[in-house]
Amino acid sequence: MNRIFLSAAALALAAAPAAAQTVAIEGGDVYTAAGTPIRGGTVLIVNGRIAAVGAGIAVPAGAVRIDARGKWVTPGLFESSTELGLREVEQLDETNDAEIQDVTGQRRDNDQVQAAFNVSDGLNPRSMVIPVTRIMGITTAVARPAGSLISGQGVLIDLLGNRVEQMEVVSPIGMFASMSENVRGSVGGPRAAVTMRLREVLDDARAWARNREAFERNATREFSASRADLEALQPVLAGREPLVVEAHRAADIQLAIRLAREYGLKLIISGGTEAWMVAEDLAAARVPVIVKVLNNLPQSFESLGATYENAARLRRAGVQVAITSGETWKAYTLRQEAGNAVAYGLPWTEAFRAVTLYPAQIWGVADRYGSLDVGKVANVVVWSGDPLELLTRVEHVFIRGQEVPLVSRETQLRDRYRVLNDATRAYSQPGTP
Amino acid sequence: MGSLQSALSFRTRRQPLCGAAFSFPSQEPKQMKRALSALVLVAAGCAHAGAKPASGPGAAQAPVPRPAAPFPSTYRPFPSEPTLIRGGTVMTAAGQVIAGGEVLMVDGKIAAVGQHVTAPAGVRVVDATGRYVTPGVIDTHSHLGVYASPGVQAHSDGNEATSPNTAEVWAEHSVWPQDPGFTRALEGGVTTMQILPGSANLFGGRSVVLKNVPSRTVQGMKFPGAPYGLKMACGENPKRVYGSRGGPSTRMGEMAGFRAAWINAQEYREKWDRWDREGREASKIPDRDLELETLAGVLRGEILVHNHCYRADEMAQMIDMAHEFGYRIRSFHHGVEAYKIRDLLARDSIAGSLWADWWGFKMEALDFTRANLALVHQAGVRAIVHSDDPTGIQKLNQEAAKAIEAGREAGIEVSENEAIRWMTANPAWALGIDDKVGTLEPGKNADVVVWSGNPFSVYSRVDRVYIDGALMFDRADPRRQPRTDFEVGLFPGEAQR
Repeated sequence: MNRIFLSAAALALAAAPAAAQTVAIEGGDVYTAAGTPIRGGTVLIVNGRIAAVGAGIAVPAGAVRIDARGKWVTPGLFESSTELGLREVEQLDETNDAEIQDVTGQRRDNDQVQAAFNVSDGLNPRSMVIPVTRIMGITTAVARPAGSLISGQGVLIDLLGNRVEQMEVVSPIGMFASMSENVRGSVGGPRAAVTMRLREVLDDARAWARNREAFERNATREFSASRADLEALQPVLAGREPLVVEAHRAADIQLAIRLAREYGLKLIISGGTEAWMVAEDLAAARVPVIVKVLNNLPQSFESLGATYENAARLRRAGVQVAITSGETWKAYTLRQEAGNAVAYGLPWTEAFRAVTLYPAQIWGVADRYGSLDVGKVANVVVWSGDPLELLTRVEHVFIRGQEVPLVSRETQLRDRYRVLNDATRAYSQPGTP
Repeated sequence: MGSLQSALSFRTRRQPLCGAAFSFPSQEPKQMKRALSALVLVAAGCAHAGAKPASGPGAAQAPVPRPAAPFPSTYRPFPSEPTLIRGGTVMTAAGQVIAGGEVLMVDGKIAAVGQHVTAPAGVRVVDATGRYVTPGVIDTHSHLGVYASPGVQAHSDGNEATSPNTAEVWAEHSVWPQDPGFTRALEGGVTTMQILPGSANLFGGRSVVLKNVPSRTVQGMKFPGAPYGLKMACGENPKRVYGSRGGPSTRMGEMAGFRAAWINAQEYREKWDRWDREGREASKIPDRDLELETLAGVLRGEILVHNHCYRADEMAQMIDMAHEFGYRIRSFHHGVEAYKIRDLLARDSIAGSLWADWWGFKMEALDFTRANLALVHQAGVRAIVHSDDPTGIQKLNQEAAKAIEAGREAGIEVSENEAIRWMTANPAWALGIDDKVGTLEPGKNADVVVWSGNPFSVYSRVDRVYIDGALMFDRADPRRQPRTDFEVGLFPGEAQR
C-alpha cells in the first residue's frame, strides 16, 4: 500500500499546526453545499482548513495551485453508515471488529446490550478498504457497530491517517441500536419485547446513575446490564449523544419516536424504509432519517412500503435526510444513491446536501464539516463534472488539506494487469509499488 | 416429479436434437454413479440420429415418438399495435447511434430502424424527442422468483443444497411469478432475464430464461426457444456448504466432483445415443436420470454452461475441464478476476458476466478492479453487466456507466454505444437468444426501452418498455405499471410508488 504516502501524511498531520501547507484550487465551479455555487471560484486551504472561498481570492505565494477550470469543487462526501476501518473481508470473522459475536461466530443473542462497546479501539487506519473508498470522493464516514439490540458506539472518521487519533473526528458519535426484525432473536421475538428490554436498560441506567455510590458498595438491586453499559448510556439519557435506531416499519418508527420522547433522547432513525409513511411524525419530532435510496423492494414485512421516493417525500415533509450507501466495501456508491434520489424527486441541491451538509448537521459536526466554508476542515474533492453522475471522474481528493493520491489496491491490481505477459505478473510494473 | 419428459428433446434453432426419451412412469433412478473409463464421445451419434426415420434392427417396431419439451412455454405476446417511435436517439446495440432516429414495430417485431422509416397508415406514433431508445435490457444472472421478495425462508427456493450435484433440478420449478422484483426490474427496462439456481452446489441445476411479463404461471413467462442453461459453481461456496457435510471440502475436491459427474454424463449420453442409433426400440430404452440428462445436454451442446467463478486460476481450471470433456463454457459469472485471464476468455469465446464494482465480501472477491469490465471488453471478450441482485437488476444501465468511467480512468475508451451491448446484445448471446433479441434490427423481437435521457446518466429513468411490440410499462400511465398479487391491498390509498 501507500506506505510512503501514509508516512508523509502522518508526519504532516502529527505536526499539523506547523506544516503550513497552502493549496489553492482555482477556477472551478465551487459547490459549497451551504450557499449558492460560485462559478470560477477559488478554494484556499491553509493548514488543513479552508481559509477562503470565492471569486477573486488572492493566492499566497508558495501555494500549491490546482487548476480546476471546468471542474466542480465540492466538500468531500460524508457517508453516515459504514463499517469502514472495522472490517476487511466480509466473510472473515477474524477481520470483523464491528460486531460482538459468541465463540461460535454467531451474534450474542443472549447478551443483546453492548452499550459500552465503542468500535474505536478496533479501527484499522491501514484498512485496504479505506483508500478504495476515498479515491471515489468520500472523505468522512461514520464507522459503527452492528448486530445487537444495542450494538454500541460508533465513531466519526476522516479517511486519512495511520493512527486512530489522527482519523477520529468524534468518538463516540452515537449509540447504535436496532428495532428492526433483525434483532428479534435477541429478545425472543415480539416488538414489544424489544421496547421492554430497551426500557429496562434505560431505566436501569437512570437508576444506576442515581445510586452510583451504593452500587460500588454493592448495596443496590441487580441491574440488567453491566456497569460499563449503564455508564455508556448516560450521555444518551442526557440527550448529548444521539441514539441511532435502525427501524423500517412505519409503526416501528413511530414507536421509536415515542420511546425517545419518553426518555428525552436525541433520536436518529437509520434505514427508515417506510419513514415516508410517517413523515409528519418525524418532522414534528425533528427526528432526522438516514436513508438508503436504492431500496424499493418489499424485502421483508417491515419494508412493504419501500420506495425510491422515500428521501424526496421525507424532505418534502420537512424531515432532515442524510443519504447513505449502507455499504462498507461499496461505500463509494454513495453518489449513485444521491443521484438516484434526484431521479426520484429530490431536488439536486437537497441530494447533494444529503451527502455533505446534512449528515454533518445530523451528527453535530457542521461547525467543522459538511460545506466549503471558511474555518472548516479542508475535505475537498475536485470532480470532472457533476459529482452525482456516474460518468464523472474524481480528479483530486483533499482530506484535512492533504492531497490523497488516487491509488488503491484496486487501481494497483488494474495497473499490474494492464499488460498481460509473464514478466509482469509476478513483479511490479514501472509506476506501481 | 411424476412423468417427466426428456429435457434433451428441447430444441433450439441452432442445435440439432441429439438425444431422445419419452414420458416415463414415475421412476427416477437416482444417480448411476458407475465411473466407467472416460468415453470421450464428443458429438458422437448426434449426426446419425436426428429426426430421420429409424432404420436397422429395430425398424420393425414403431419408433418411440419424440415428445415435445416438458413444461412448454405458453408465452404469448401481449396485444400490440403498429408503433413508430421517433425523434429519439436510437442506440441500436448493433453499431449504430441514430440521432433523431425512428424505430418501427409491427406485429411484435422490429420492422425498420433508421433516420426515417416508412410507416404504415394509422401507425401509433410515440414522440421520443430528447429521449433515448435502446433494446430491452437483458440480465444473464438473476434469482428473481427463486429468491423472491419478501425474502422470507418460505421463499428461499434458489439452492437445493442437499447434494453437491443437483443438476436434476430446474429453476423454473422454483420461480414464483408473483415476485414483486419482476415488476421493479421491468421499470428498470429489463425485458429478459435468466433465472439461475444459486451457487451452493457444483451443479446447481438448470436455469430458465424468462420474458419479464406478468403471468399466472412460469410457463407463461418462458422465453420461447431459449436454450436451457446449467448453473455450475466453483470456489468458496460449494466447499463452504459441503465441507462439513461429506464434501467437497476443498477446491481439488470440487474438481474431482465435477469430473466424476462428466464421466457419468459421457456414459449416459453414449447409452442414449446408442439406443438412438440402433432404432429406439421401446423394449431397450435406457433408464432415465434427470441429473445426467442435464449434463448430457451440455455435452451435446444443447444446454449452455453458466459458470459462477471468481478467481482467475479457478476459471482456468474450469476452462481446461471443459476441454477435457468437450463442452463449452458460455459465460463465467461474477469473474471478479476475469481481467487477469481475459486472454483465455477471448481465446475460447467465453463471455464475462460481471459486476461493475462488487468486492470484499469474501476472499475470492478480493482482487477486484473497477476496470474489470473495460479490460475484458478491450480484450475482445463479450463483456456483460449482470446483477445477481433484485436491486442491481433495476439499474444495469448505471452499473455500465460506472464501468465505462472506470475504463476511462485506465485509459480504455469504451463508447456508450459499445457499452449498451453490455446489457443487451452480449447477454443475448450468452443466453443463446441473440437471433431474437439484444439489438434493434429488423426481424428481431420488438423488445424496446424508451429512456427519459441518456441511459448512462444517473438521472435518466425508463419511460416505456415494449416487449414483443406490446407496451408493458409506461411511466406516464398508471394502468401500464404492473403490480404483482403480493402487492395488492397493502397500502390502500397509498399504493403508488
